[in-house]
Amino acid sequence: MAFEILESGLSTTVQDQGRIGYYRYGIPQGGSMDQYSASLGNRLVGNTPAEAVLECTYIGPKIVTKTAAVIAVTGAPVDVLVNGTPVPQFERIQLEAGDELRFGVIQGGTKYFIAVHGGIDVPEVLGSRSTYPIGAIGGVNGRALAAGDIVPVGAGVENGLPLLERIAEDDRPVFSKVVEVRVMLGLYDHNLSENGLDSLLNSEWTLTPVADRMGLRYSGPGVQWKEREQPFGAGQDPSNIVDAGYAVGSIQIPGGTQPIILHRDAVSGGGYAMVATVISADMDLVARCAPGTKTRFISVTMEQALEARSENAARITRIWS
Amino acid sequence: MTQSDVARYTWGGDEFLFAEIAEGMSLEANFISNSIANALEMKELEGIVDICPANASLLIRFNPDLLASGELERTVRKLEQEVRATTSRTLETRIVEIPVWYNDPYTNETGARFREGYHQRPDGNDLDYAAEVNGLADAAEFIKRHHESPWLVSMVGFVAGLPFLFQLVDREHQLEVPKYLSPRTDTPALTIGHGGCFSCIYSVRGAGGYQMFGVAAAPIFDPSQSLEDFEDFMVFFKPGDIVKFKPVDEAEYFRIRAEVEAGTFTYRQAPIVFDVGAALADPDGYKVSLVEALNGI
Repeated sequence: MAFEILESGLSTTVQDQGRIGYYRYGIPQGGSMDQYSASLGNRLVGNTPAEAVLECTYIGPKIVTKTAAVIAVTGAPVDVLVNGTPVPQFERIQLEAGDELRFGVIQGGTKYFIAVHGGIDVPEVLGSRSTYPIGAIGGVNGRALAAGDIVPVGAGVENGLPLLERIAEDDRPVFSKVVEVRVMLGLYDHNLSENGLDSLLNSEWTLTPVADRMGLRYSGPGVQWKEREQPFGAGQDPSNIVDAGYAVGSIQIPGGTQPIILHRDAVSGGGYAMVATVISADMDLVARCAPGTKTRFISVTMEQALEARSENAARITRIWS
Repeated sequence: MTQSDVARYTWGGDEFLFAEIAEGMSLEANFISNSIANALEMKELEGIVDICPANASLLIRFNPDLLASGELERTVRKLEQEVRATTSRTLETRIVEIPVWYNDPYTNETGARFREGYHQRPDGNDLDYAAEVNGLADAAEFIKRHHESPWLVSMVGFVAGLPFLFQLVDREHQLEVPKYLSPRTDTPALTIGHGGCFSCIYSVRGAGGYQMFGVAAAPIFDPSQSLEDFEDFMVFFKPGDIVKFKPVDEAEYFRIRAEVEAGTFTYRQAPIVFDVGAALADPDGYKVSLVEALNGI
């Protein structure tokens, strides 16, 4: 089974749950930016949550399926067209050999996902099919899809489709233009002045168009750093530290101007002070934000972060049971 | 000991523990970070996802569903105490010779494209600037300083397989150069970069903010794993490796490139025991004994 790619879309990549255990070598975790949405797609088409999907960015690909295929499109709201006829998102769709899948204009968010029964079956590299373009590994030849690519689809389990054909409205992800992102302060937050910390937590920040799989940059009032003598090897700017490992989800503010949230394909380390980290339960929420989204950073404790994590896990368990 | 007696522990959200061994860079802090990382690795604790030793700090990713944050912190603090109490500061590692074409046309051309608004000094190249801020006569003098003493791989990261390098000289002889004012959007693959007190080798082409001094002849990241040195893993460097740069001219550079293309290139390297105490006590004498390990290979 295979998909033939007629048009690539803006940036369509193969992604799964990520490449875990190689961060120490500078190889990022990767994986679908909005794990929840990707998981819903896999659920509908009878896969395991670990199967690879296609992640589409704003402008989706145009695909012809070489054989019959069972698919679902989840994530950001977009018009889905099969042979030119609109079909619903968050529902299982049967494609016949030769059917053409394409997409209209995205209506919120930035990323939507195509799950297919059997999963996208490119070879695993270091335990994952996720595309890491900088290192040229994973996905199709280590890069985003291009016109002319033939993308292999796995065989899947025979009669493996679940009873669930449609994701209930209440279980679908929300794409809002105003969000509250929960963070845990820490790492180098003590380098911010009192005023700087106040700016971070009590200002409204706007997501800029400089946002991709590596990181998301926000505009706003900026922050102030404490005056200090820079330690040896750290660099002259007060936002500099001796190069260290970056937590995924951590927020750095180079020069004190625009906070950047590091996401799944981010560099694994560097010399900018991190002052807070988005809790694991809210990483999908950040991935769903489109440029212009008004964002507040809400400080929570470890206990609150773990509670939110458990709530997320319980929701996913319910959908998969 | 110049370090504070205990690291600063802090959380990067609910999945990352961060231990800052020291605010400033030093051989001692780096050794402690790597030693804790190794000791933690040996424990094979369930719930540890990734252990990332860095220059003067340590980042640990864990799964809080499998390993409670409090338990992890207690474990790492105990390992830290044990590491600090150990008087022996040796590391079984290797020394590797890295051929570099300094002052090459590739990095010079790229540097020339990122001047106005990017760089501190409009005239000359990054080597001229580095020589000037270090009070050295010229680029040639800077290049000599860059390759005559070996470097320690103090961290691997940023992008796939990129080594951060800390030169094994005393503090007064450390080469320090500011990063670009604003990062470039392009850096040739295998560029020898430098920012603050760290050199690096850019493993892949891409963005970067370090000054550019030359280009290494052979790969350090090989996803196809076609060269013998990459048989086991696509990333060449590990923290604790010692690097000796070897200046090569254009002809030698292209001879090595041809070997890489033919799949016959292997790095000159030798196993060594790196003694931090000896390196700190007599950097000049110690570097001679380190480099001797490469002779006769």
